[in-house]
Amino acid sequence: MKIRLHVWRQESTDKKGKMESYDLDNVLPDMSFLEMMDVLNEKLTVEGKSPVAFDHDCREGVCGMCSMVINGQAHGPKATTTTCQLYMRHFKDGAEIYVEPFRSGAFPVLQDLMVDRSAFDRIIQAGGYISNHSGPKPDPNSIPIEPGVQETSLDAASCIGCGACVAACPNGSASLFTSAKISHLGMLPQGQPERYERVGAMVDQMEGEGFGSCRNYAECEAQCPKGISIAFIGRMNADYLKATLVEPVDGRGKMHAQ
Amino acid sequence: MNRITTLYSSTIGKKFIAAVTGLILFGFLVGHVAGNLKVFTGSTEAGVPHVDEYGHFLRIVGEPFLPKMAALWIARIVLLASVALHIVVVVQLAFRNLEARPVGYVRSKKSASTLAALWMMFSGSLIAFFIVFHLLHFTLGALPIGEFQHGAIYKNIYSSFQNPLISLFYVVVMGVLGFHLYHGVWSLFQTLGIDNPDRNKSLRMFAIIATIGIVVGFSLVPLSFMTGMMPEPIAYDPALLSH
Repeated sequence: MKIRLHVWRQESTDKKGKMESYDLDNVLPDMSFLEMMDVLNEKLTVEGKSPVAFDHDCREGVCGMCSMVINGQAHGPKATTTTCQLYMRHFKDGAEIYVEPFRSGAFPVLQDLMVDRSAFDRIIQAGGYISNHSGPKPDPNSIPIEPGVQETSLDAASCIGCGACVAACPNGSASLFTSAKISHLGMLPQGQPERYERVGAMVDQMEGEGFGSCRNYAECEAQCPKGISIAFIGRMNADYLKATLVEPVDGRGKMHAQ
Repeated sequence: MNRITTLYSSTIGKKFIAAVTGLILFGFLVGHVAGNLKVFTGSTEAGVPHVDEYGHFLRIVGEPFLPKMAALWIARIVLLASVALHIVVVVQLAFRNLEARPVGYVRSKKSASTLAALWMMFSGSLIAFFIVFHLLHFTLGALPIGEFQHGAIYKNIYSSFQNPLISLFYVVVMGVLGFHLYHGVWSLFQTLGIDNPDRNKSLRMFAIIATIGIVVGFSLVPLSFMTGMMPEPIAYDPALLSH
């Protein structure tokens, strides 16, 4: 296969970047997209040019490290697929392929296609945990959970935190990520003690990081490599509104009748 | 009060305000379109058009518990406040969203968003402009379009919509309003956290049916007058209204 690549090149966060074009002639259809990028880097290195920096780790679709916006879509044109699981056979011979970093004010470009996604870590730190005893391990299934709730919670937990939702959102909103993290704990009995504190803390952190607001476009759901539903955003909204407007601040004070 | 400021300071809270004010305005549209359809129901035996009677009823509703015009002014204040809040929070969010995505893509491809959703700011701005135009036109009679006589609703409508440009402008704006409602009426349920996969289809269907009903209902009025299908207004004694 022959392809023409247009890749975003940027030396560092504070330097200006631009698109550069590269032709590759010896691309095999069964190469993954990242292997094709490896071939490009090999070629660039031999030519004495600097290779394209991009994030990757497990290359089996579970770690959430690979990013890239390919032809305008986060993780490329194939739905519910990470960049590392995208293969060159998914493109036509002679294709022009645009490769850009995930774009968001909260995800500064570090170099070329690598962006700093540590804002996500700080959102998790703000409330993505449960309190648990450190004693003996409880019996499996000792807490009954309705199967539907369990499955839905696991759907949310399938979020790999890659940031495709932010890249896909025209507003650079992190609502899908944050809502998935809030929901996978908040739906289970083990997550109830911090449920309303969690939603407040994580939403505050999300907004503090400078992500945009959700406009209900559902671009995130369509481009999420795990196909996470915007139903979780609705659930986050309901929990946030309940936490802010309904949940009692003072549950213990004395009351008077009249 | 603390809860209100916390809510207002967050994007979810601002969207909540946009959704609630949107719901109020949607409710208003349903009432407005129902009232408008009274132009098609004819006149009383005394020769007063039903729509003029309805307009008079809005001015005196609540009497004798409320003074004349009081209920109408309360509704007007709630509606104007809703419009203002709706615009303020949405504009604040729009500026925030521009900052959140400072650099765009060289090649971008939308996967799910509808044109109606992407053009909400545009349709909303046009509707805001139209609200001002419409109030100047039919509430205050301050525009040099047709004749205007306070309280003679049927006559005013008849006279203005003889001008096909004005009628078509109203119809076009109703189309734009339809775009706004198609996304907005569903979107408000999602923002309020009421939508879920069980209800999604029904809520979207509700938004579509409500949108079609409102757009068709509103558009029928200028279209009917423009095409000469409606009877000419007959002069009547305004005293007949104050029964």
